[in-house]
Amino acid sequence: MGLELASYGTEYYEEMADVDFSDSEVVSYVRDTLKSVAQGDTDRYNQLIGVMHHSEGLAPDEVALLVTSLKALSGVVSYVDIVLHEALLSSIFGMSMWNYGPDVVDALVELIKSLAVSNGVFVDSCLDMLVRNFMPPKSFISFLRLPRGCIIKDEVLNRVHAALTDIAYLVPLAPSRLLPIILRRMPNMFDNEALLVIYVESMFRLESSAIGELIGSTMLMAVVDRLVDLDVEIGWDEIIQEDASKGIFHMELEDVEETEDFVVKDGSKFSKGTMCGLNFGGNVVADKLDSLMLLTCQHLESCYDEGRLAKVFDTLLQSFRITILNAYKSKFAQFVMFYSCSLDPGSCAVRFANLLSDIFMCETHPPLTRMSAAAYLGSYLARAKFLSSSLISYMLKRLIGWCYKYIQIQDGEVKTINPEAHRIFYSGCQAVMYVLCFRMSSMVDVPPLKSQLFQMPLEQILHHPLDPLKVCLPSIVKEFLRQAKAARLFTVSENFLFSDLLESDSSKAFGGTERLDMFFPFDPCLLKKSDRFIRPNFVYWSMVRTTYDDDDEASGEEDDDNDDDDAARSFDEHGIDLDDFESSMNKMSITPKARAPMRMPAKIRPSTSPESL
Amino acid sequence: MDGLKVSDANLVVYIHPSKANRVPQALRGELSSLLFKFNEAFDGVVLVYDILAQSESAKVLPGLSPYFGVKVKAKLLLFSPKPDMLLEGKVMKLRKESIHVIVLGFSYATIAEEDIRGEFRYKIKHGEEVFASSLHKRHVIKVGSMIRFLIKSFDEEILHISGSLIPANTGSVGWLDKHMNESSEMDRSNKKKRERESGREMEAHGSRVINEDYPPKKSKRQKLVEEF
Repeated sequence: MGLELASYGTEYYEEMADVDFSDSEVVSYVRDTLKSVAQGDTDRYNQLIGVMHHSEGLAPDEVALLVTSLKALSGVVSYVDIVLHEALLSSIFGMSMWNYGPDVVDALVELIKSLAVSNGVFVDSCLDMLVRNFMPPKSFISFLRLPRGCIIKDEVLNRVHAALTDIAYLVPLAPSRLLPIILRRMPNMFDNEALLVIYVESMFRLESSAIGELIGSTMLMAVVDRLVDLDVEIGWDEIIQEDASKGIFHMELEDVEETEDFVVKDGSKFSKGTMCGLNFGGNVVADKLDSLMLLTCQHLESCYDEGRLAKVFDTLLQSFRITILNAYKSKFAQFVMFYSCSLDPGSCAVRFANLLSDIFMCETHPPLTRMSAAAYLGSYLARAKFLSSSLISYMLKRLIGWCYKYIQIQDGEVKTINPEAHRIFYSGCQAVMYVLCFRMSSMVDVPPLKSQLFQMPLEQILHHPLDPLKVCLPSIVKEFLRQAKAARLFTVSENFLFSDLLESDSSKAFGGTERLDMFFPFDPCLLKKSDRFIRPNFVYWSMVRTTYDDDDEASGEEDDDNDDDDAARSFDEHGIDLDDFESSMNKMSITPKARAPMRMPAKIRPSTSPESL
Repeated sequence: MDGLKVSDANLVVYIHPSKANRVPQALRGELSSLLFKFNEAFDGVVLVYDILAQSESAKVLPGLSPYFGVKVKAKLLLFSPKPDMLLEGKVMKLRKESIHVIVLGFSYATIAEEDIRGEFRYKIKHGEEVFASSLHKRHVIKVGSMIRFLIKSFDEEILHISGSLIPANTGSVGWLDKHMNESSEMDRSNKKKRERESGREMEAHGSRVINEDYPPKKSKRQKLVEEF
C-alpha cells in the first residue's frame, strides 16, 4: 500500500513538470464549469456534483473520474465561491473518507487542504469535515473489528491527521478554530461505544502532536468530563451487593483464577465490592467507561514514555479539582489520577497528595469539598503501593496536626456531640484511622517512623470530648483500635462493642445526606479492562499485614517473646533504606485467614435500558 | 512593512468581583484575551499591549453581577492591514496555482495564480518548485523566501489576506532591496527620472511611492519601534 502511494505521488509530480496536455485541459474545463454558474449555466456544474455524490460500488473508471475531478478542483479553488457553489461544497464536505480507496482519499484530502488555505471562509467547514472523519459511518462500525477494517482505519486517520497538521502549518490560527469544532462533535455518553472510543483516540493523537501544544489541555479536560459523565450514569444501586451487612475489613481475595461463584469478596465499606471473576453482565455504560479509561491510561503511559507527563499532569490535577472532586461520589474516573501518580511516584504522586491535603485544610473551600478531599486523601494514602512511607508519615502528621489544632480551639466542655457541626473534623479523623489500618504495621516496623507516629498527638485527639471514636464509622474504628492496641500505640479504657456494625447513627449524621462517611474513592476498581493498569500498584486489604497478625499466630504466653523479636527485628533493620524496606514488605504475600463466609462477588448490574445507537 | 501601528488606548476593563484582590493580574488576563483577534474598536489585531497606568478606584456596575470597571491607559501594537498596503511574509508553500505566505507568524496570505504577474513563471528547478522572473535571472521566489506583496483583501475573522504580486515593487524582498541599492549607486539623475516615471505608474495602480530617502533596509515596524 505504501509503495503504491509513493509511486502515485511522483507520477502526479512529473505530470506537473511536463505540463501535461490533458491535465490542464481538465483543469480549464472545471474552471469554466465553476465560472459558468454565475452566468446561470448549471448543466456541467450539476454533472460535477453528480460525480461527487456517487459513492457506492464505484467501478474503476468512475473512481478515475472522481479522482480527476477532485484533483482538478484543487487547482481552481480560487474560483470556488461559497455562495454560488454551495451545492458543490456541501457534497464535497459530505463525503466520508471511509467509503473510498486511498487514491480518492488522497485527492479529497488535497482538495480540502487547498480549500482551507485558499480562503478564510472555508477554514471552518474544512476543519469540520476532517473532524467528522475521525469517525466512520455507522454502517462501517461492525467492520472495524476485522483486520481489513483496521487497515482502512489507519489509512483514513493517518491522512486526516496529516491534513490537520498541514493546514495548521499554513494557517497559524487553525488550531484555535479546530478546538471548538472538536468539542462540539465529540460523541456524548449515549452514543455508540465504538464511535466514542475511535473519536477519543483521535483526540489523544492530536494531543500528542504539535497542535496539541496549543489545544491539548482543553481536549484532555473534555475527555475527563466525559469519563465523569459516564461514571455518574452508573448508579450506586446498579452495583449489586449480595450481603451488605458485613464489616469492611473482611478479606479481599484478588485471585484472578477464581471462578465467579467461588469468590470471597469484600473490601467494600458500602455497596462497591472487589471483583475477581469480573462479571458485568453487559452493563453498557460501565463498558463504555471501561473502554475510555483504558484508552486514557494507555495515553498517559505514552505521555510518560515521551517525557511529557509532568505537563499533562498539570491539566489532570486541574481537571480533578474542578470535576472529579466535586462529582457526587465518583466511582471509577478518579483511577485515572491514581494511574498517572503511579507512573511518576517521585513527583506526580506527591503533588496529588499535597493538593488533597491543601484542599482539606483550606477554609475557603466548601465543607463538602473538604470532606471529599479528606476521603480521597485517606483512600489514596492507604491504597497506593507506590507511595513512600516517609510521605505517608508526613501526610499523617499534617492531618493529625490539623485535627489537633481543631480540638484546641474548641470549648472545654462538649455537652452533646453534634456530628454535623464538626463533620470536617470527623472526616479528617476517619481518614487518619483508615490510613493507619493499612499502614500502621509497616510504619511501626521502621524505628524513625515509629517514633514519629508515637509522637503525634493522636491520643489526645481521639480522647477529646468530641469523641471521634464514637462518631466515625464503627468498622474502621474497631479495626484501628485493634491494631493500635497490638502496636501499643494507645489503649482505650472502654470496650467498644460495635458487633460488626458497618455504620452507626452518628456516622450517618456526620456523613450527611451525601454519606461522605462511607466514601472510599480508591476502593478496588470494578472495571475489568482498566483494572490491569491499576492492579500492580494497588494495595488490597489481603496484602496488608496488620499489627496483630504476628500476635495471633503465636500463643498467648509467647506474646512477650514475639514482641522482643519484633523489637529485635526493628533494631536490626535500623539504618536500612526506608524505601527498600517498604518494597520488601509489600512483596510479602499474606495468607488470608478466612473469617467471613463465602459469598457471591459484587458485580455491576446489567443495563436494562436499550442500547442507544 | 505597512499595517503596523502603535496606538494609545484609554480602556475600561470590567473585572469579576472574585478577582478583586488580584487586579493587575486580572487586567493582564483580560487584555491577553484580546490578543491575535481582530478588534473592531481598535480597527486591528492586537499583537502586544503594555499597561501604562490604571485607576486607583473603580465604579461597580449595578445589577446581577457586580463587575467593576477599572480605567486603564495602555499602549497597543496593532496590525491593521488595509487593501493596497504592502506586506512582507515568508513563503511556506508554493504551487503552480498559488503561493502561501505567513505574515508575522500569526496571519496568513494566499496569492492566487491570476494575481501573480506574467513576469513570474512557474518552474521546477533542481526538484524544487519556484516562481522565477523571466526578466531578471536572479529574482526567484521559492519556499522560505521573504516576499513583499500587495493586499487585495483581509478576512478579519481568520486573519487571512488575499495578496497580489502584480505591482512591480512586489516580489522577493532580498532581490528588491538589493536592486534598489544597486540602482542608487548608478547615475542618480537618470534613476530619479525613471523612478519618478515608475512612481507615477505605481500611483496609478494605487500603490505606495518609493521614496529615495526611505532607508530600504529598515522595515516600517522597526522604525515604529524606534520611535517609542
